[in-house]
Amino acid sequence: MTKKGHPVGVVETQYLTFAGGAEPLRLESGKTLGPVRLAYETYGHLNEDRSNAILVLHALSADAHAAGHFKGSRDPGWWDAMIGPGKAFDTDLYFVICSNVIGGCKGSTGPSSLNLKTGKPYGLEFPIITIGDMVEAQRHLIDFLGIDQLLCVVGGSMGGMQALQWAAGCPKRVRAVIPIATALKNSPQQIAFNEVVRQSIMADPTWREGNYYDYGQPERGLAIARMLGHITFMSDQSMEEKFSRRLKNGNYSFKFGADFEVESYLRYRGDNFVKRFDANSYLYVTKALDYFDVSNGRLVGSNGCERIRFLVISFKSDWLYPPYQSQEIVKELKRKACDVTYCEIASTYGHDAFLLEVKEQTNLIRPFLDKTFHGYEVAEYAV
Amino acid sequence: MLSEDVRLDHRIIAGVVEAGSKILDLGCGNGDLMYLLAREKSARVQGIELDEAAIYECVKKGLSVIHGDIEEGLREYPDASFDDVILNQSIQQVRKVDEVFEQALRIGRRIIVGFPNFAHLGARSMLFFRGTSPMTKSLPYRWNDTPNVRFLSVTDFKRFCVEHALRILESHYLGGTKEVRFWPNLLAKDALFVLAKP
Repeated sequence: MTKKGHPVGVVETQYLTFAGGAEPLRLESGKTLGPVRLAYETYGHLNEDRSNAILVLHALSADAHAAGHFKGSRDPGWWDAMIGPGKAFDTDLYFVICSNVIGGCKGSTGPSSLNLKTGKPYGLEFPIITIGDMVEAQRHLIDFLGIDQLLCVVGGSMGGMQALQWAAGCPKRVRAVIPIATALKNSPQQIAFNEVVRQSIMADPTWREGNYYDYGQPERGLAIARMLGHITFMSDQSMEEKFSRRLKNGNYSFKFGADFEVESYLRYRGDNFVKRFDANSYLYVTKALDYFDVSNGRLVGSNGCERIRFLVISFKSDWLYPPYQSQEIVKELKRKACDVTYCEIASTYGHDAFLLEVKEQTNLIRPFLDKTFHGYEVAEYAV
Repeated sequence: MLSEDVRLDHRIIAGVVEAGSKILDLGCGNGDLMYLLAREKSARVQGIELDEAAIYECVKKGLSVIHGDIEEGLREYPDASFDDVILNQSIQQVRKVDEVFEQALRIGRRIIVGFPNFAHLGARSMLFFRGTSPMTKSLPYRWNDTPNVRFLSVTDFKRFCVEHALRILESHYLGGTKEVRFWPNLLAKDALFVLAKP
C-alpha cells in the first residue's frame, strides 16, 4: 500500500483511435465522424474481474489530465486532490480512467483537428456534437479497455452531464453515478450565458467564420468569452473574499485600465485561456451543453434504475448550476424509485466548489464507493 | 433480542419492522436507526435529513440519504413505495403536519411515529410548580432555542389519529429505560405509534 495522500506520480496521456474506414461514429445530428481520436489517462490498476474501474469526466475546458503530473512538469491534473492513493478515488483500490471529450481541443478529435477529406482543420465543417455523442465515443474507449461494467461514472458540471448520460444511455454498464454541480438540462439562463460566450467569439472579426487556423485564434472574442465564464464560476461571496474592491495600484487611474484586482484577474484568465483552448471548440462544447436534456423521464427508463446507485452533490453558493437543479435530478430518481443519496455542501466557492471542496466530497465519495464496490444491498423499493 | 445498549425506541421500532422491509426514515439524523434496521432486519433503508453534518454520518455508515426537508421531499415518491415510513422524534419539528402524514400514508403501508409526550408528569410539574416551560430529558431545550414547533401529548396525538382516520396498530409508551403500562399520558416520556390507513 502506498502512503495516504501520496500523489499519483508521473502520468502520460494516451490516445485511442477508432471509427476510421467503413464504420464512422454515427452522431445524434444524423451526421458521421471518423476517424475519431480520444485522449485519456488511467491511474491505478484494473483488478482481475475488471470490476473496479471508475470513469472520471471533465468539465467544459478541462482535459484527460485529471491526476498526477507529466514528466518534467510539476503541474498536477485538474482533480489531483481527489484522485490518488488514500484519496476520494483511491488508486490503491480502483482503476481510474479520465476521458477527454470529442469536439474539444485537448487531444481528441474536434474542430481544430485535421479533416482528412480536405487536408485542413475542420473548422465549422466539424459536425455538431452532443453530450450523447461524447459518451458514445467514451463507450468505445471502455469497450477497448475490456470493461463490461464501470464501478462508477463521475463528473462535475459538464462532466456531471456526461455521467447522467451514461446512466441514461448505457444503464447496464454502470453500477454507480456521481453527478456533481450539474443539471438534467440547461436552463434558459445557462443557455443565455453560453450564447453570449458564442456571440463574443463569433463577433471577433479574426474568428473568420471559424477558418482562423492559418492566422491564429480570435483572441479578444475568446478571452472575453472566458471572462464571462469565470464570473459565473465564482460566487458573490468568493469574489468578495478573493478581491473585494482592492485596487491594483492603490488609486483610481481615471482611465479604462484595470483598476480593480477583479478586472486584472479576469483579463489574466481570459488571456491565458486563449493560449490553451480553441475558440471553435468553445462554440461546439457550449452547444453540446445547451442541447443536453435528460429531463421528463429520460434519465431513467421504464425499467427503473437497473440497480444503479446515485450520489448527487451540489453546492449552496453555486448559482451557475444551483442546488435546485441537482434536486431536480433527485426528484427524477425518487419518481423512479432509485437508490439515491444527495448532499448540498455549504460551500461559498460557487460553481468552482467541485474542484475545491475536497474534504467534504471525499467524505461522501469514499464510503459511497466502498459500499458500491463491496456489494451493497440496493434499496429497490417497488414502483 | 437486541442489547440493552440500544436505545429503547430503536429496539421497539426494530421489533415492529418486518425483516426485509423497505423503509423511509424521515428526519433520520445520523442514521443510527437505519443502520440498526439494515443490519438486524435486513431492511432496505433510505433516509431524509436536513442537517448536513448528519448526512456525512449516514453516508459513512453506507446508508442512502437525501439532504432536504421532509415537508418538501415526499411528493415525488410513487404510491406505496415503502413498507414503513418512520417519523421518529421528528414530527415535533414539522410545520405541515397534516401534509406530511397524508404523504407518508400515500407512500408507505404503515407509519411509525415517535414523539416526546408534552403531558408527562415531569413536564406538568415544571409547568405547575415552577411555572416554567418544561425542560426534561425528552424535551431538553429551553424555550428560546428549541427546534420543536409542535408540542403534543399522547392524548393530543390519539385525537389527531381519530380526526385523520388513522388506524392505530400498535402503541408503545416509553419511560426512561422500559415501557410504561399505566396512565401513559401522565407517565410516558415518549410515545411510539404504528399507524395505517383505516
